[in-house]
Amino acid sequence: MSLLTATNVSVAYGANTVLRNVNLFVEPGEIVTIVGPNGSGKTSLLKAILGATRLASGQVVRKPGLKIGYVPQRLHIDPTLPITVERFMRLAQRVDQKNCSRALEAAGVPDLLKRQMSGLSGGQFQRVLLARALINKPDILLLDEATQGLDQRGSAAFYQQIEAVRQDTGCAILMISHELHVVMSTSDRVICLNGHVCCEGTPAVVASAPEYRALFGTGTGGALALYRHEHDHDHDHGCNHEAAE
Amino acid sequence: MLDDFMTRATLAGVGVACAAAPLGCFVVWRRMAYFGDATAHAAILGVALSLALQVSIFVGAIAVALAMALTVTLLSGRGYAMDTLLGVLAHSALAFGLVAVSFLSGIRIDLMAYLFGDILAVSRLDLLVIWCGAALVVALIAWRWSALLTATLNEELAYAHGIDPRREQLILTLALAITVAVAIKVVGVLLIAALLIIPAAAARGFARTPEAMAVTAAVIGAISAVTGLRAAYIFDTPAGPSIVCVAAVMFAVFSVISRTERAGQ
Repeated sequence: MSLLTATNVSVAYGANTVLRNVNLFVEPGEIVTIVGPNGSGKTSLLKAILGATRLASGQVVRKPGLKIGYVPQRLHIDPTLPITVERFMRLAQRVDQKNCSRALEAAGVPDLLKRQMSGLSGGQFQRVLLARALINKPDILLLDEATQGLDQRGSAAFYQQIEAVRQDTGCAILMISHELHVVMSTSDRVICLNGHVCCEGTPAVVASAPEYRALFGTGTGGALALYRHEHDHDHDHGCNHEAAE
Repeated sequence: MLDDFMTRATLAGVGVACAAAPLGCFVVWRRMAYFGDATAHAAILGVALSLALQVSIFVGAIAVALAMALTVTLLSGRGYAMDTLLGVLAHSALAFGLVAVSFLSGIRIDLMAYLFGDILAVSRLDLLVIWCGAALVVALIAWRWSALLTATLNEELAYAHGIDPRREQLILTLALAITVAVAIKVVGVLLIAALLIIPAAAARGFARTPEAMAVTAAVIGAISAVTGLRAAYIFDTPAGPSIVCVAAVMFAVFSVISRTERAGQ
């Protein structure tokens, strides 16, 4: 059984329909990426999957007992709210201090336990969010443009970490990304969204689809070429994207 | 010991401060300060209605405060900005309340007592209502603490944990209505928001976790109540405003201290 299945999902805000009849499923251990221009309904789709928005029609079915780890696009903590990294990690989930430390270490940000969330840099903050989402061993990780605000090196490191997580824990990943070259190198499946599903399939299939080219132009061909070029020289991170091609 | 009016007043003040502190923290974190004001102003209408219907003022105040809070929650996000909506509703409710009071001929009521509180006239029954209400609010918030905090940080994160932020918002709204109703006697509708916000804001500089901030705010609120009442007794000043003045002075002093500390680091 798929971890989650969305069937004919439509979402509307007032008279404005942002998603029409979207179908989507995620299998265990898969990395699925949603790409699309601004206003294409990517975040609305993720909200629908989380149950955070009312569906105009259709349904979202989760596997019973599905554990979701969620990394929001941006998490604004009001400066009047004091909270340490440790307290934040343990919020709404049962975790001991040892597991917190271990999770932070695995996310590449050890020794942050006693720091204030408001005092972290953008990169540290995103890694704490990731560590928090992973701490209870979720079946699926949902990422909403989780690298926004990170520089190129930071986001590359972040995605490498995601790959490592999938390899270590076998957890499925559903993410929204606008970094097309990253998408192409790490995803098993890509869904190109623009109010509806324009096209979907392996990165190679999507990249050559006319719908995708119409949305993102031919410039993305360059991004793909760049990725292939990098790919020839760098196998260190041990991704298994060969299978996807 | 409850025979002494000062003892009753002090116990009433401390009771309200304990309920207002954790709730006030959420009001500050969620930027709902004006929401607290609106709920409190609506309570005057509740007072008028309960006098007309001859029911307990506590019941009338809590009913109208709750109706107000629910109306605001329902109307928010439908065209008007939140502050505009609250401005319209809060002051209309206050105005309608004041007009409604004037229709109540035959009953002489001291409006000032409801606008600014009359803590020195707290009876044993009032004290019981205040402490039961305060205990209820503290219990509600303690029970939902983790969920409330998650929903305050990020709504989607709450959904990912199976928490419905709308339900948590409703619980806060309910707690706010109860607090307003029990605090009317102590500080009056015009100064309730002060008791919610000032201790929480004063506690911010000293707290490293949300829990510490709530407890510190409660301590600051209780100290304000005790000291304010004592000052009111000595200097013969109005009791409710004196409590708020002490809290405000503590806020100012603590702000300076925590800023100097931070600069020294």
